[in-house]
Amino acid sequence: MTAPAREAPALPPLASVYRSRVSVELKEFFRQRESVVFTLLLPVLLLVVFGAVLNFDLGDGVSFTQYFMAGIIAAGILGASLQNMAISIATERSDGTLKHLAGTPMPRSAFFIGKIVQVLAVTLVSIVILLLVGVVFYGVDLPTGSDWLTFAWVTVLGAAACTLLGIAISSIAKNGRSASATVTPFALLLQFVSGVFFQFSEIPHWMQVFASLFPLKWMAQGLRSVFLPDALAADEPAGSWELERVALVLGLWCIAGLVLCIRSFRWQDR
Amino acid sequence: MEPDPEAAISVRGLVKRYGDFTAVDGLDLDIHRGEIFALLGPNGAGKTTTVEICEGYRARDAGEVRVLGEDPAEGSRAWKARLGIVLQSGSGDSQLTVRELVAAQASYYADPRDVDEVLALVGLTEKAGVRGRLLSGGQRRRLDVALGIVGRPTLLFLDEPTTGFDPEARRQFWSLIRSLRDLGTTMLLTTHYLDEAEALADRVGVIAGGRLVEVAVPGALGGRETAPAVVSWSEDGVRRSQATATPTAFVAELAARFSGEVPDLAVTRPTLEDVYLQMIGDAR
Repeated sequence: MTAPAREAPALPPLASVYRSRVSVELKEFFRQRESVVFTLLLPVLLLVVFGAVLNFDLGDGVSFTQYFMAGIIAAGILGASLQNMAISIATERSDGTLKHLAGTPMPRSAFFIGKIVQVLAVTLVSIVILLLVGVVFYGVDLPTGSDWLTFAWVTVLGAAACTLLGIAISSIAKNGRSASATVTPFALLLQFVSGVFFQFSEIPHWMQVFASLFPLKWMAQGLRSVFLPDALAADEPAGSWELERVALVLGLWCIAGLVLCIRSFRWQDR
Repeated sequence: MEPDPEAAISVRGLVKRYGDFTAVDGLDLDIHRGEIFALLGPNGAGKTTTVEICEGYRARDAGEVRVLGEDPAEGSRAWKARLGIVLQSGSGDSQLTVRELVAAQASYYADPRDVDEVLALVGLTEKAGVRGRLLSGGQRRRLDVALGIVGRPTLLFLDEPTTGFDPEARRQFWSLIRSLRDLGTTMLLTTHYLDEAEALADRVGVIAGGRLVEVAVPGALGGRETAPAVVSWSEDGVRRSQATATPTAFVAELAARFSGEVPDLAVTRPTLEDVYLQMIGDAR
């Protein structure tokens, strides 16, 4: 049997498909009121409330709001990456969006590029709003010098780890609603034990150990090194900011998240 | 028997099991290039399973499948670029407008149709600026079809495309399908509506119990064109009927007996629905 002659239609350039998917993902996020309120406005609301109520002095003339700034930005990154990906991809899987895409010649990498750019955009917008509110209304001091560099790598590495984890969790969830019902309370729990709402040094040791297993604690700690004077590093359980360990743990979560994604990602419901 | 490499779709001895349940049980099928082929069958007969194996969504347990000359299990991107798929489950919710969705879909193909032209074809021009998630059921289905055809497919799969359409929307959809056929698109259509199969299909296949029980042109399915005709009329206030292989002669006799007009005369042959129900009944 000879193979039939067939015309091989050229495919469009990768870059143009990537651009198209990025535009789709940005519109999908920013046009959905629930996701914008939940992911972008909730951290701002918490900053406003905590800033107004708990603006006490931590010593060295540092206010709790300055401390809270690091934590709430870490929580904002978690929401923009892990919660956002887990819920949106689970929803898209159960409503048939992913199955439809899998039947098109769209390169699969384009789907993930679109999601990654969406996370980066939402993360950036979230950080900018939080910094603006913090600086304008609560006199939060912006980072200086090389602290910006630390800010950048902690954000990117933390967002990467949480994005991969979120994508992996979306494959475990039955649908968008069940993803939201599991991930939202767990994220809230992590925020309580990871040094977002309370000073990490004040919570019980066993909770500190539990929190250390997950990325949020390390993101918040890395960002505290950015927003707090180095004198306060002495208050950390380890007595320092442990930036090498922050990078190590977040890096390990990136690898674990990637492996989980590759093993579990599905384009359709089982 | 080998699959036919020239056919748009060629299936030999296809088997698919889900646990202990055999959904497709040794199915053979050939769909020629350029034709509209309607696959009929009750729920659970194996229609969607067969179609989704041809689309590359599901793995098979046995048999040979060639779709546009390639094995769907190894379907490349270039191969997918020649298919259009309208899934039974639709294409999902979206915050994008109808035009943005069709334009995004077009961006996955090298030589797509013009977006506005496609919107006009499916009758969604007036809804171009409406977000996908706000469309009604029938409008969503038309959007699904728009997404299926914007890539200029050689072969279009339509899995129950008109479910939820009102009669007028179905008529419009039928003329859309006919104009796509005139452009040379091969179509595999599954449907529950027998009138739809009769109106659109060049050939009809009936699937029951995971096998193809018959393939024929719609008018000849189940020996319909040669089935005995039924002549019915009213006599002494009673409705009477007679099955006959020679209806013309029988009507002439009746006409002679009534010396003129036969009251309430009708000559009918089994409808597609009659033969279809008989076939799927026999297969059970």
